[in-house]
Amino acid sequence: MKNTALHPNDGKLALAHIAVGYIALFLGAIAGLLQAFVRSGTLELPAGIGYYQLLTAHGVLLALVFTTFFIIGFLYASMSRTTGDLTPFAKKAAWIGFWLMTIGTAITTVMILLNKATVLYTFYAPLKASPWFYIGLTLVVVGSWVSGAGMFSQYAVWKKKNEGKPSPLLSFMAVATMILWIIATLGVAVTVLFQFIPWSFGLVDKINVLLSRTLFWYFGHPLVYFWLLPAYMCWYVIIPKIIGGKIFSDSLARLAFVLFVLFSIPVGFHHQILESGITPFWKFLQIVLTFMVIVPSLMTAFALFATFEISGREKGASGLFGWVKKLPWTDVRFFAPFMGMLVFIPGGAGGIINASNQMNQVVHNTLWVTGHFHLTVATTVALTFFGISYWLVPHLTGRTLTPRLNKLGIIQTVFWCIGMFLMSGAMHTVGLFGAPRRTAYTTYGDHPQALEWMSYQTIMAVGGAILFVAILMILYIIINLAVAAPKGTEEFPVGEVHEDAEKTPLLLENWKIWIGLSVVLIVIAYTVPVIDIIENAPSSPGFKFW
Amino acid sequence: MHLHRLEKVWLLIGIGTLVMFLTIVGISAFAQGHHPPSDLTTLDPQKVDTTEPFNQPGLKKIGDNEYELVIVSQAFAFMPNDIKIPEGAKVHIIVTSKDVVHGLEIVGTNVNMMVTPGHVNSLTHTFHKPGSYLIICNEYCGTGHQMMSTKIEVTKA
Repeated sequence: MKNTALHPNDGKLALAHIAVGYIALFLGAIAGLLQAFVRSGTLELPAGIGYYQLLTAHGVLLALVFTTFFIIGFLYASMSRTTGDLTPFAKKAAWIGFWLMTIGTAITTVMILLNKATVLYTFYAPLKASPWFYIGLTLVVVGSWVSGAGMFSQYAVWKKKNEGKPSPLLSFMAVATMILWIIATLGVAVTVLFQFIPWSFGLVDKINVLLSRTLFWYFGHPLVYFWLLPAYMCWYVIIPKIIGGKIFSDSLARLAFVLFVLFSIPVGFHHQILESGITPFWKFLQIVLTFMVIVPSLMTAFALFATFEISGREKGASGLFGWVKKLPWTDVRFFAPFMGMLVFIPGGAGGIINASNQMNQVVHNTLWVTGHFHLTVATTVALTFFGISYWLVPHLTGRTLTPRLNKLGIIQTVFWCIGMFLMSGAMHTVGLFGAPRRTAYTTYGDHPQALEWMSYQTIMAVGGAILFVAILMILYIIINLAVAAPKGTEEFPVGEVHEDAEKTPLLLENWKIWIGLSVVLIVIAYTVPVIDIIENAPSSPGFKFW
Repeated sequence: MHLHRLEKVWLLIGIGTLVMFLTIVGISAFAQGHHPPSDLTTLDPQKVDTTEPFNQPGLKKIGDNEYELVIVSQAFAFMPNDIKIPEGAKVHIIVTSKDVVHGLEIVGTNVNMMVTPGHVNSLTHTFHKPGSYLIICNEYCGTGHQMMSTKIEVTKA
């Protein structure tokens, strides 16, 4: 493993992905800020822009574009760092993937701006958008597949050269993340290619609504693990190096990733708990599998705090909690991801509530859910991605993270947490009172129940405004790190495994077994209900209600 | 693979909690009948107006303080409008959609279900407290989504 900077070509590739990701973050954040003000009743949108148009842009740009581009950039950088310079094939695949995804994003964004696709990022049928919206999304997904193929080939080449050795942990994790992504996106690819595109072009009149929703959520849940796993890569492998410690256990880290590949996919029905046409038995079966996916998160929590405590004690900490003081609180590369980890505790607990069968009835489609994923993806994942950017961007541009930018990053993290505490806290609370998500400003004819929600919606706007300030701060830092910070060498931190940890069993790297098991679980969880849906669920014509 | 002793304890407590939680939720659903709304009835979404019982949306008394409430949802309204029922009434709600996907939520209660075109959804709720309850659509259905609502007036018995 080399410690110098990545090969310039590989660096350029990773930077291009990260740049598109941050542009999407900026545009998506503007939409988010406006939404928060509209919903609180303090702003009316000018020039015929619709609230739901903004909401569509916000969801697509942040949940799909920012995440996917940043992740693929980070994964390629990790592979280049740990398995050596990218092979010509991997590089070519990565660039083809990049351009397909970028063109797809551009087409989709233009369709949203033209108000031809105000269907939100979940695009539930039978709301019918312009076919180009679906084609744009297809290009994003296909592009990511091509990128995945590049990573798999890079990994295979390394394996061939190093027979009998476990692959570098970071590359193993990158491969696991892309395997999960490809299995998951098959669902959305099937519904978009075989249902949405022919239907939106008018080749067929009707669409099987329940089938399209089921295929969407087959993809929609593992999508959140596709966001989370790169954050876990940072926590497991990068954070130990930053805090001057060692990775607690290489094999347990790999086992956690394998469990995510197995259990994050056959669980989509927990997004459809309140839906007709699926029997309670199949819903419950998938809910049990959903709970299985909590196990690797519990393992992760243990491993991380074990790393923190062991490294603190090795530095001479005493007492039950003395090691807490030994953590580098003033280093933003640690502080931002650490706050992300902390937020994942309430975020994960909220997720368990959402997935708990009939308990879902209390919170489904309320602002509680919006509050939930603003903790998980918009704080845990986002703060970790920012935490990665603080060293990855200067590492790639040959610059350094200066003490001033480091301090600004700490302030940014604090702003983010305060803004999110207000916004997500208000969303959770008012959601329990029944306020719906994805709804423009309304008092429902001054109904007393709806009027009770108003003060919370104002708090949401205050939180949203603070978050927007934090967005401007992170963009300022990133642009500085990219073009203005002093030249130098910023480390790409990669942790080493603790000497007490056990040797990694090669079984963990046997992807044939894990992919096979994953397919078996998917077949068990989905075959019967999907056949039932294809045979019995009626089809519906399309509508354009915007 | 070797697990640290403390990690074993931690995972045992964690997994034990999850199993207990699932057992409670499962017993409540399968033994006590608290299933989430999962109606399997289907209909032609383009013939809602001529399909029973949706050809006559409204409130029907079917027993002693027991009612059947048939609701048709369409962008951007629920039929019927403004419903009145006495306190303590047990109401079987049956709903479908004439166009896109809607949601039916009665604010302040556990009544919450997805309404997909071509499908019927249903659940039963007893209104113990008098007052004005807001029924809203909680799934995005178009530009007028935020206007889609009606009321249930639960009157003192």
